[in-house]
Amino acid sequence: MAEISSMHIECIIDKDDFNAAGEASSKVKKSLNMLGIPPKTIKRIAVAMYEAEINAFIHGGGGKAVADIYPDRVEVLISDEGKGIADLDLAMQEGYSTAPEEVRMLGFGAGMGLPNIKRNSDELDIDSAPGKGTRVKMKFKLS
Amino acid sequence: MDIAKIAETVSAEIIYRAENSSDIDITGAVAADLMSEVMLDTEEGSLIITGLINPQVIRTAEMLDIYAVLFIRGKNIPESIIELAQDRGVTVMRTEATMFEACGKLYSAGIVSGQSA
Ligand SMILES: Nc1ncnc2c1ncn2[C@@H]1O[C@H](COP(=O)(O)OP(=O)(O)OP(=O)(O)O)[C@@H](O)[C@H]1O
Ligand SMILES: [Mg+2]
Repeated sequence: MAEISSMHIECIIDKDDFNAAGEASSKVKKSLNMLGIPPKTIKRIAVAMYEAEINAFIHGGGGKAVADIYPDRVEVLISDEGKGIADLDLAMQEGYSTAPEEVRMLGFGAGMGLPNIKRNSDELDIDSAPGKGTRVKMKFKLS
Repeated sequence: MDIAKIAETVSAEIIYRAENSSDIDITGAVAADLMSEVMLDTEEGSLIITGLINPQVIRTAEMLDIYAVLFIRGKNIPESIIELAQDRGVTVMRTEATMFEACGKLYSAGIVSGQSA
C-alpha cells in the first residue's frame, strides 16, 4: 500500500497570470507553518519551490505544482509541457540563463534559480528534454 | 533599526505599514532588481531595496521571511503590489533616492549586508 501523505496540495501555474505565479509555493509555505515545521526548514522549501514555480511560468509556459507533506519529509513536483532543457549540466551552472530581456524586466533571468534549488533541496531530480517539457522533483527532509 | 528610522534615513514615504511592523528590527539589507539574486541566502528580517516594480517582489519577501521592502527612484507603486503586501504582512516604502543613494545612506547608518558572502 502506498504511503499516505499528511497533506496534499495541487495548484495550476497559469501561463497568463504572472502576478499569481508563486501562489502554489505560498500555499505550501502556509501549510508548513501551520504544521509547526521550523522556520529555517520552511524557508529552504519555499525558496526552492518558488524558483521552480517561476521557471515553469517563465520558461515552461505554465504548468502544475504538486506538494506532499509527510511526517518526515516534503516532496514537491513542478511540471510543465514547455520547450524543455537541452543541456541540463549547462542550465545548472550559476549565471547561465536563456531568459530574454522581457523576462529580466520582470525581475528574473540571473541564471541563479536552478543552482539555488539544488542548494536548498536534499534531493533533486530534473527530467527534461527539448519538446518534452520539464519535471522538477524535490525532496526535503523534515527531521 | 526600526521602520521609522529606515524611512527617515532615506527620506522614504511609508506606503503600507504592516501590523507587525512596530516589532521589526532591521539590521541587514539586500539590493537587486533581479529577484533570484535576492533569493540567494538573504537572512530573514532583512530589508529588500529594489527598482523592480511588480508583485513578485512581495512574493520574494514572503518566501524569505522578510517584512519590509523599499522601492527606489520614486516609482509609482500599483495597487496589486499594495494588496499583496497587505495580505502577506509586508511593509512597503518608497524613496525618491537612487539605488546608490539609498544603499549608501543605509550603510552609513549602520545597516549591513543581509547576505553572507
Ligand atoms: N521549466 C523550464 N523549462 C525550460 N527551460 C528551463 C526551465 N527551467 C530552467 N530552464 C532553463 O535553464 C536556464 C537556467 O535556469 P535558472 O532558473 O537557473 O535561471 P533563470 O530562470 O534563467 O534565471 P533566474 O532563475 O536567476 O531568474 C533557464 O534560463 C532556461 O534556459
Ligand atoms: Mg529561474
